[in-house]
Amino acid sequence: MMQVTKGVVLILSLLISTVSASAELYVAVASNFAGVMSAIAEQFEKQTGHQVRLVFGSTGKHYAQIQHGAPYDAFFAADDKRPILLEREGIALGGSRFTYAMGKLVLWSPEASLVDAQGKVLQIASFRYLAIANPRLAPYGRAAKQVLAFNGLWEKMQSRIVMGENIGQTYQFVKSGNAALGFVSYSQVLSQQGGVEGSMWMIPSEVYLPIVQQAVLIKDNTAARALLKFIQEKPAREMIEQYGYGLP
Amino acid sequence: MLLTEADLAALWVTLKLAGVVTAILLLLGTPLAWWLARSQMRYKFLIEAVVALPLVLPPTVLGFYLLIMLGPHGPVGGLMQMFGGQPLAFTFTGLVIGSVFYSLPFVVQPLQDAFTSVGGRLLETAATLGASPLDRFFTIAVPLAAPGFLTATVLGFAHTVGEFGVVLMIGGNIPGKTQVLSIAIYDHVETLEYGRAHLLSGGLLLMSFLLLVAVYGFNRRIKVAGL
Repeated sequence: MMQVTKGVVLILSLLISTVSASAELYVAVASNFAGVMSAIAEQFEKQTGHQVRLVFGSTGKHYAQIQHGAPYDAFFAADDKRPILLEREGIALGGSRFTYAMGKLVLWSPEASLVDAQGKVLQIASFRYLAIANPRLAPYGRAAKQVLAFNGLWEKMQSRIVMGENIGQTYQFVKSGNAALGFVSYSQVLSQQGGVEGSMWMIPSEVYLPIVQQAVLIKDNTAARALLKFIQEKPAREMIEQYGYGLP
Repeated sequence: MLLTEADLAALWVTLKLAGVVTAILLLLGTPLAWWLARSQMRYKFLIEAVVALPLVLPPTVLGFYLLIMLGPHGPVGGLMQMFGGQPLAFTFTGLVIGSVFYSLPFVVQPLQDAFTSVGGRLLETAATLGASPLDRFFTIAVPLAAPGFLTATVLGFAHTVGEFGVVLMIGGNIPGKTQVLSIAIYDHVETLEYGRAHLLSGGLLLMSFLLLVAVYGFNRRIKVAGL
């Protein structure tokens, strides 16, 4: 008899806990933000008891999925274009859009002395391949094109440029050594100890249009609102900076 | 709506890639399939498993390993560099090598099946009549395995046309050199150019369907004719 009562109490308490506090959130996140977002979500889960399911992918694909009814509660894009579109189309919640991070572009090589602090290596051009993300698809690719154009090198580099579909693939091209150097995001090459392996040129932000990463609410619920608020508070903002992003 | 210059270039690279890869696979795959069909070796199944690997592996796995192997720190890329060769990633040759692995089972397996069904009796009879092994192969096995060759050619070609993961990993998306149709379609979808994506996707769908209809129709006629 005792055993049965205990069992019933256990089941009841389990039921109550799922009903009251924790909700399950589905969040679409741009791949480049995967590392930070996982860390932030973990903190958020600890504090609120909500469960966050992160779905990483390219912003273009997420956009198409959300347009066709994908069940995400919130969307962290790699740009501001897709969130604006979703807002205009009435799919995202009006007024929920905000900038959560600013991307920093670097020219990087795993080789210790290939890239100098002013990026003169581009003029010398002693390399076979320069990797960039596809400017048509990826905000970091667009920025890379602007940097090359600013230095009058876009045309000259055409025979050396290889394109990744996204910034993650661009990083793989360089990391594997198939391309000697490439334009990647600072967050990719920055280790958690704060150092950078290899050599890099931190590109001055005046040379390219800001890489604005925006988020929007897709569904209106308290848990999703809480997450968006959490990201804009100090501890999360510090983590975002620590991972190599700028803040608005 | 007509194809743009970039889409046409991607179409050309795709057809050229599929053509070259199919030709190489028929050359390499025929002796391999013949050996697999005829050999009594105990450990033959190991080779069969290796040949079938691309059927079950995600192409990204193959692409990932190729990217690492062909890179300057990888075994293949390192050797190439030692002998003053050019790196293979981001080149058409690199794509050909990747695709040969990727489409291997689609050529070898139909050929192996065809050679197996030719049967040993006929070949033995020919041998007793004094036909040399090469003679037997070209005058008996090859003609009897004709439907197998057709299936192998078409599947190898069509499967290479439909390749995505390998090219994505080692292609580098260079227009006119390594940008293929499937990547162009992917890019159009990503940039919300759904019209152009539809045009290419529809075209590819139709072409693949017609190719398969041709093969199955032809193979059926051969069976009906009792050849």
